[in-house]
Amino acid sequence: MNRRDFLKIFGGAAIASAPVLSACVGKNETQSASSSQNASDGKMTMRRNPISGDVISLLGYGMMRLPVVGGGAGRENPNAPIDQDLVNRQIDYALEHGVNYFDTSPAYCQGRSETSTGIALARHDRSKFFIATKLSNFAASNWSRKESQEMFYNSLKYLQTDYVDYLLLHAIGGTARDLNGKNLNPLETFNARYMDNGILDWLVEQKKEGKIRNLGFSYHGDIAIFDMLLKWHDEGRYKWDFVQIELNYLDWNFADEINPSNTDAVYLYEELQKRGIPSVIMEPLLGGRLANVPDPIVAKMKSRRPEDSIASWAFRFAGTPEGVVSVLSGMTYMEHLVENVKTYSPLEPITAEEDEFLMDIAKDIYNLKTIPCNECNYCMPCPYGIDIPAVFVHYNKMIKEGNLPQSRRDEVYAKQRKAFLVGYDRSVPRLRQVDHCIGCGECRPHCPQNINIPGEMRRMDRFVEQLKRNSQEE
Amino acid sequence: MNLKKIRVVLASIVFVLITMLFLDFTGTLHAYLGWLAKIQFLPAVLALNFAVIAVLVALTLVFGRIYCSVICPLGILQDVISHGIGRKKNRFSYSPAKSWLRYAMLGVLVVALLLGAGSVVALLAPYSSFGRIVQNLLQPIYIGCNNLLAMAAERMDSYTFYSREVWIRSLPTFVIAAVSFVVVAVLAWRNGRTYCNTICPVGTVLSFAARFSWLKIVIDDSKCKNCRKCERNCKAACLNVASHEVDYSRCVVCGNCLNECSFGAISYAHKPNKNNGGKSVDESRRMFVLAAASAAATASFAQDKKKVDGGLAVIEDKIAPERKTPITPPGSLTAENMRMRCTGCQLCVSECPNDVLRPSTDLVTLMQPTMSYERGYCRPECNACSSVCPAGAIKPITLAEKSSIQIGHAVFVMKNCLPAVEGVSCGNCARHCPAGAIQMVHIDGDKSKPTIPAINESKCIGCGACENLCPARPFSAIYVEGHESHKLI
Repeated sequence: MNRRDFLKIFGGAAIASAPVLSACVGKNETQSASSSQNASDGKMTMRRNPISGDVISLLGYGMMRLPVVGGGAGRENPNAPIDQDLVNRQIDYALEHGVNYFDTSPAYCQGRSETSTGIALARHDRSKFFIATKLSNFAASNWSRKESQEMFYNSLKYLQTDYVDYLLLHAIGGTARDLNGKNLNPLETFNARYMDNGILDWLVEQKKEGKIRNLGFSYHGDIAIFDMLLKWHDEGRYKWDFVQIELNYLDWNFADEINPSNTDAVYLYEELQKRGIPSVIMEPLLGGRLANVPDPIVAKMKSRRPEDSIASWAFRFAGTPEGVVSVLSGMTYMEHLVENVKTYSPLEPITAEEDEFLMDIAKDIYNLKTIPCNECNYCMPCPYGIDIPAVFVHYNKMIKEGNLPQSRRDEVYAKQRKAFLVGYDRSVPRLRQVDHCIGCGECRPHCPQNINIPGEMRRMDRFVEQLKRNSQEE
Repeated sequence: MNLKKIRVVLASIVFVLITMLFLDFTGTLHAYLGWLAKIQFLPAVLALNFAVIAVLVALTLVFGRIYCSVICPLGILQDVISHGIGRKKNRFSYSPAKSWLRYAMLGVLVVALLLGAGSVVALLAPYSSFGRIVQNLLQPIYIGCNNLLAMAAERMDSYTFYSREVWIRSLPTFVIAAVSFVVVAVLAWRNGRTYCNTICPVGTVLSFAARFSWLKIVIDDSKCKNCRKCERNCKAACLNVASHEVDYSRCVVCGNCLNECSFGAISYAHKPNKNNGGKSVDESRRMFVLAAASAAATASFAQDKKKVDGGLAVIEDKIAPERKTPITPPGSLTAENMRMRCTGCQLCVSECPNDVLRPSTDLVTLMQPTMSYERGYCRPECNACSSVCPAGAIKPITLAEKSSIQIGHAVFVMKNCLPAVEGVSCGNCARHCPAGAIQMVHIDGDKSKPTIPAINESKCIGCGACENLCPARPFSAIYVEGHESHKLI
């Protein structure tokens, strides 16, 4: 989702919620009835981690999309400095409203997230919040024991703390290329990152020493690795204190339909539940895609809960399962934060009937055949300069707007064609469009959604080429 | 309705429409307004468009040089400047014709046409000067405004406007356009139609016919009080009150004198012919052409650098390879046809939606269009340039014809090819070749080695898709060499 869409959706929500919030301060009794779902005067729903006993806020703050000076998120604008004042204010607001789980990584915001998070959190009592960070040794150059240890020590330094509450092996199940450019399979990648260098055992030692309070992993990709790590848990070889998974109403049942190499969230969650391992949820909104749905779906949702935002459905869904201790949201703007705090203060769980409704919505969204790109930007930068997420976002946007040209015989073909091509040049500079993709495959292993990026690029290229050639006249 | 009012109304309409024709980059207006370019005199001569020539000559034989007042955009531009800046009345006076300069300029044009010195023809053609001025000086402003609208449209999720990049296609041509604008503007402001009556070869040619025109400005000796109001408001400096004569070779039938005369001594009517003309020369004015030409020779080629966002790999700008033979657009038949016919009006350049056409910087073909593929390539669904050319330098072709016209052929440069140098797999050229002229083959036929393009020159049409989409930068590993003579394949 791009910034404009974000603003459009959350901006609207913020405007809607602003009077409600200010009313709460002033004349609470008379005006709070203006919204049936207005619960921001209520308390944040908290969940207890059954293993460590930590009491965690259901809303977790993902520090992946920090705001930058001049607007926008830090990941997309690496040249703009992070707006630290805004980060400070947002973290203050979050803490004030009960949010106590902050999730960062050495890789986020081009490596600037931990520092910024550290600065903001150092202004508060360390016992009042939990920090989660990751061993994000994705690149083969980081696989050595020394490099990986260095990464962990740097995390402590940047976060201005001497312990990490939750440490994750970052995105296990993915693939990578070794230093010689050889493609490794998911198991080889996992071994190269955590086993061959003995880093996992070293992390267990750090846990014993108290530098790490909870050890877990985040998972994307090959289910065999997920199953393997849980088997180790069962055997007692390694014990996982928590696991971070992708869960939302689309991935609950449709993850493997969208991409056969992904796994439905229901399986992941239930495997963890069986073992009493708490789940931390990522991508509750699928990178914003579940906040930016086509108009017919908006209509269905709003007719049920007219005053609730589209995003709130996704958050309520992700927060409903009892085994979920926290749902992470990468909140760039204050209005996201205000909105999400409201949704979870307290959580109104999804009812069985609503669950059925959301499963129908998921089917609708799945049937749109959008490309499941969440704009995480892990594939970037493309060595040939292609703006991969921007291409996918444009394609999805055209589907959602009903501007995907299908047949030249359609009456609307000319209008759709113009919208698609004009919008394409607008969203993606010509030099960064798919016709410049040579199919090198550098991006392929980085996609947490397992999108066959080069294949999709090829498909998109053919589509655009046909579109350019086929004006309706002739 | 008097003559002046009719003239002003017609001229305004033509001027606005023809300016729009040059400004429009969306390819919509030329279908409706293209005829305005095709009725211009010099392009019609070069296109051997006898019907247009005959009508224009006939028009002149009946009405005098109204062509210069209502059809020629450069003529109207001078009136606009003269009227807009020099509002002061009574600022002109009669001056004798500078005949030798006029004929010298016409001679230069004829010699240049015979020799095929397209650049000289382009420099002298009045309509083309106007085209260059609009394309180089005004279109950037127009596109700038359009881009603002596009930004606004984007905010409203409308696809009505889209933005275009503003770039100087050729510095010499830009400089020439700027210099000719300044010269024309200064001359127009100070002396009205000096340019038309001393330099413009079209004006000189039309003057041969205008001398014998059926309708003329006539001074009635019996009514004239010699107040000279008419003479002082004659922008062509052709009305001599002392002798009660008008130099019809220079009169552009603007009608200003008719309105000035308080005694009804001037009329626009039939009058039998009588010879006249003048002889002295103004040395300074003929320097214009020379000055412009030398400015062009010393200027160098420059390109805008594109800004790059963060988080994205920096993309180096492509640099045009040194082509042994320049590429001319499909429909231009031969390099010679282009050189002989093109008047350098820039209409095709301003229409090209793919940023392929730009004015040549070569001295002989200066300002005439040439193709290069750093910013885009000649797309199969476009024949914009061929449909707008008024001079027959680019003949109209259909899309089907275009797909089989070979304007050049691709050349492979192995030392730039990424598969050959870095071992990556690519094939982007083969994938995008609309003629299917490229297949990928293993180096030395060795299956373990990467694949490189094998070009079938006989199928290649020279569109430049391969060159433009080649990932090697700044020099592509595959580029197009032009053909002097296009052929059907």
